[in-house]
Amino acid sequence: MTISIDPQKTNNESLQPKGWLRYFSFSLDHKVIGIQYLVCGFLFYLIGGTLASAIRIELASPMSDFMPRDVYNQVLTLHGTIMIFLWIVPVVNGAFGNYLIPFYVGARDMAFPRLNAVAFWLIPPSGLMLVASYFVEGAAQAGWTAYPPLSITTPQSGQIIWILSVLLLGGSSIFGGINFIATIIKLRRPGLKLMQLPMYCWAMLGTSLLVVLSTPVLAGTLILLSFDIIANTGFFNPVLGGNVVVYQHLFWFYSHPAVYIMVLPAFGLVSEILPVHARKPLFGYTTMVFSIMGIVVLGLVVWAHHMFTSGTPPWMRLFFTIATAFIAVPTGIKFFNWVATLWGGKISINSAMLFSCGFIINFVFGGITGVALAQVPFDIHVHDTYFVVAHFHYIVYGGTVFIIFSSIYHWFPKVTGKMLNEKLGILHFIITFIGFNLCFAPQHWLGLNGMPRRVAEYDPQFQFVNQISSLGALLMAISTIPFLINVFLSVRNGKNAGDNPWNALTPEWLTSSPPPVENWEGEAPLVQEPYGYGKEISEQK
Amino acid sequence: MLNKNVYLILIISLVFAISFWIGFNVNLLPAEASINAPIYDELFKILFITGLIIFIGMTIAVIYSLFKFRKRNDQIGDGIALEGNLSLEIVWTIIPSIIVLLIGLYSYNIYDRMGGMKELNHNHEMMSSNSEKIWAGISQTSDNEIAINNLSIEVSAMQFAFLFNYPKGNFISGELHVPVDQKVSMKMESKDVIHAFWVPEFRIKQDIIPGQPTILNFTPTKVGKYPIICAELCGPYHGGMRASIIVEEESDYNEWFNKNKKPEVNL
Repeated sequence: MTISIDPQKTNNESLQPKGWLRYFSFSLDHKVIGIQYLVCGFLFYLIGGTLASAIRIELASPMSDFMPRDVYNQVLTLHGTIMIFLWIVPVVNGAFGNYLIPFYVGARDMAFPRLNAVAFWLIPPSGLMLVASYFVEGAAQAGWTAYPPLSITTPQSGQIIWILSVLLLGGSSIFGGINFIATIIKLRRPGLKLMQLPMYCWAMLGTSLLVVLSTPVLAGTLILLSFDIIANTGFFNPVLGGNVVVYQHLFWFYSHPAVYIMVLPAFGLVSEILPVHARKPLFGYTTMVFSIMGIVVLGLVVWAHHMFTSGTPPWMRLFFTIATAFIAVPTGIKFFNWVATLWGGKISINSAMLFSCGFIINFVFGGITGVALAQVPFDIHVHDTYFVVAHFHYIVYGGTVFIIFSSIYHWFPKVTGKMLNEKLGILHFIITFIGFNLCFAPQHWLGLNGMPRRVAEYDPQFQFVNQISSLGALLMAISTIPFLINVFLSVRNGKNAGDNPWNALTPEWLTSSPPPVENWEGEAPLVQEPYGYGKEISEQK
Repeated sequence: MLNKNVYLILIISLVFAISFWIGFNVNLLPAEASINAPIYDELFKILFITGLIIFIGMTIAVIYSLFKFRKRNDQIGDGIALEGNLSLEIVWTIIPSIIVLLIGLYSYNIYDRMGGMKELNHNHEMMSSNSEKIWAGISQTSDNEIAINNLSIEVSAMQFAFLFNYPKGNFISGELHVPVDQKVSMKMESKDVIHAFWVPEFRIKQDIIPGQPTILNFTPTKVGKYPIICAELCGPYHGGMRASIIVEEESDYNEWFNKNKKPEVNL
C-alpha cells in the first residue's frame, strides 16, 4: 500500500482558503480539522463550565434560591450533555486523533478527508441547537441520561431538540470512528508494523471500535424515545405498556463504553507525553496494548452496574459486579507501567509533565472509588448520590481533562511553532489541581451521608461542605484565566519553538513546526522505535 | 542493596499503618440504624483501607519519582533504556487480580448476609430467617411472602411525595412508622416517573418504578426519626421530595397504628 499524492486532491487543496480563514472553512486537512475540533470543543467547555458554576452557586446555600427549580434541572442536563458530547468526546477523539493519527501512521491525511470534515461540521450546529433549545420552551430537563418516563413528561420541545442534537453528535462520532479505524489499519506507511505504532494509535483503535459498536445502540434508543414523545408510541412509556428499565439497559450499553471513549484516548495521550518528558521508553509496550484491548472487551459488558437499584435480578448484579471490578486489572497495569516509565528517567518538571502526574493521582483515586462502586452492596447505598458525582468527575475531569491540558502544553509548539509560557502553565496546574480536589473530594462525604445528586436544595447540615466544594469550583473557574492569557500571549509573542523543542522521537516531531500541508516535504519517515529513548539512535533526528 | 530493601519495607509498613489507622479512626458514614448498616460498614471499612493503601502508595511513587528522577540543570541525555520487565509486569497483573477477586468474593458474602441472594427462593421456611432481605427485583417475589411478613406496607410514590398504605389497618399515611427490630416488607410502585426510596441510616436504596412493583425489605434496629430521600431525578421538586421514617418501640407503634386504623369497609 503506497501513499501517492493524488493530483486531483492537490488541486482541491489549492482551492482551500489560506491563513486563519481556513479554520472557518470546509477544510480537508486533518491538522486544520483537529484544531477546529479543539477550539470548538474548548468554547463549549467554557459554556459547560459556566453552567457548572451556576450549579455550584445554587448549591452554596441549602435553599433553592439562585434559579428556578426547572431551570436548575435544565442547567444540569445541559452541563452533562455539553461536557460529554461537545467537549471531552470530540476533543480527545476528534481533535488529537485527527491531528496526530496521520503522523503516527505515516500518512498525509486521514483515510476519508471529506467524511472527516463532515464529522466536524456536524458538531457546531448540533451544539448551538442544544444551547438554543433553552430559548424555545426550556431545554431538556431529564438529566443527560434522559430516563423515561421523566423525559416523556417534561416539556417536549427541549427534549426533542436534545435528542436530535445527541443523534447528530453520535453520527459525527461514528464517522470519526470509522475514519480512525480505516486510517490506522489501512494507511500505515509501508514497513511500519502494528506493534511499532505509538500507543495513542492503539488507544484510538480500541476507542473507535467501542464507538462503532455502541453508539448506534444509543442512536436507536433515542429514536425510539423520540417516537414515544412525538408519536405517542409505547416503547418506554409505562402508561402504554412500555418498559422503562429496557431504556436504561439500552442507554447504558452505549453510555458505559462512552466512559472508555472518554478515557482510553487520554490513556493513549499520556503514553505519548510521559516518555518524552521522562526521557525513557514507554514501560511495557506489549502489556499496554493488551490492556487497552482488555478494557475494550470488558467495557462492553459492564453497563448494568449503573442499574443496581433499578430492579435487576441478582445474577445480573453479580455478573456485572465481577466484570466491572476486573476492569481495574488492565487499568491498573497501565498505571503501574506509567509510574515505571517515570522511574529512573530524567524528568523535566514542566506543565505537560505536571498535568500528566496530576492525572495519574486523580485517576487512581477515581479508579479506587470505581472498584468500590462496582460492589453491589456498596453501590446500593451511594447510587445516585454525590459520591457518584465525585467519582466520575475524578475520572473525566481529574483524568481526561487534565490530560487534555497536558496535551495542549505538549503539542502547542507543534501546532503553532511557539512555546507556551511555563510559569503561567505551572500556575494553571496548581490552581486547577487544588481547585479540582477541593471541589470534588468533599462530595464523597456528602454522598455517603445522605445528599442525593441532581438536587437544587439540601439539608442545612451539608452547607459547610457544599461551600468548600463551591470554593473549589471557583478556583477551577479562575484557573482558566492564566491558561487563556498564556495561549493568547504565546500565539503572538511566544518563544520560537523550533521543529522539535522536546527532542521527541514520535513521528509528528520529525517535520517542521507547524507542519506543511501534507505533513512531510519528502517521504514520511519510518519510525520503528517511537520510544527509543536512552539508545544511541542517530538516524532519527 | 539491603539498605534499599529496608527502606522499602519501612515505607510500605508505614503506608499500611497510616491506612489502617485512618480506616479505623475516621468515620465517614452516618448512624447505623438497620440490620444492614453494620454489615455495610464492615465492607466499607475493608474497601476504604485497601483503597487508601493503593492510593497513598501510588501517590508516594509518583511524587518520589518526580523528585528523585527530576532532571538536574547540569544533566543532558536520556534516562535508562528500560523497555519493560516481564516478571514485574506479571506481578502487578496477578496481585491486583487477586485483590479484585477477594474483594468480589467478600462483597458477595456481604450481599448474601444482607439477604440479597435469597429472593428467588420462595420456600416459606427461608422467610423466617432473621436476615434482612434487600434485593428488590421486579415481580419476582410472590405475594404470599408479603402476607406472611410481620409488617407489610405498600408504598406509592408520585411527584413529589411518598404515600404509605398500611393494608392491615386500612389507612394511608404520609409518614412511615415502623416498630423497631421487626422485619418490614414494602411493595413499592410509582404513579408517574421513576423515584427511589433511600434511607441513608439504613444503607438501603431501591428505585420505585412505574408499571413494575419493586420489593424492599429491611429491619430497623434503632429508635429514631430518619429521612426518606428520593434519589432518582423526578422533576423540578426532586430535591424537596422527602418523607420521614419513624422507628419506635412496639408499644408506641401499636398506639399509633390503632389510632389511625380504619374499620374494614364491607362491600
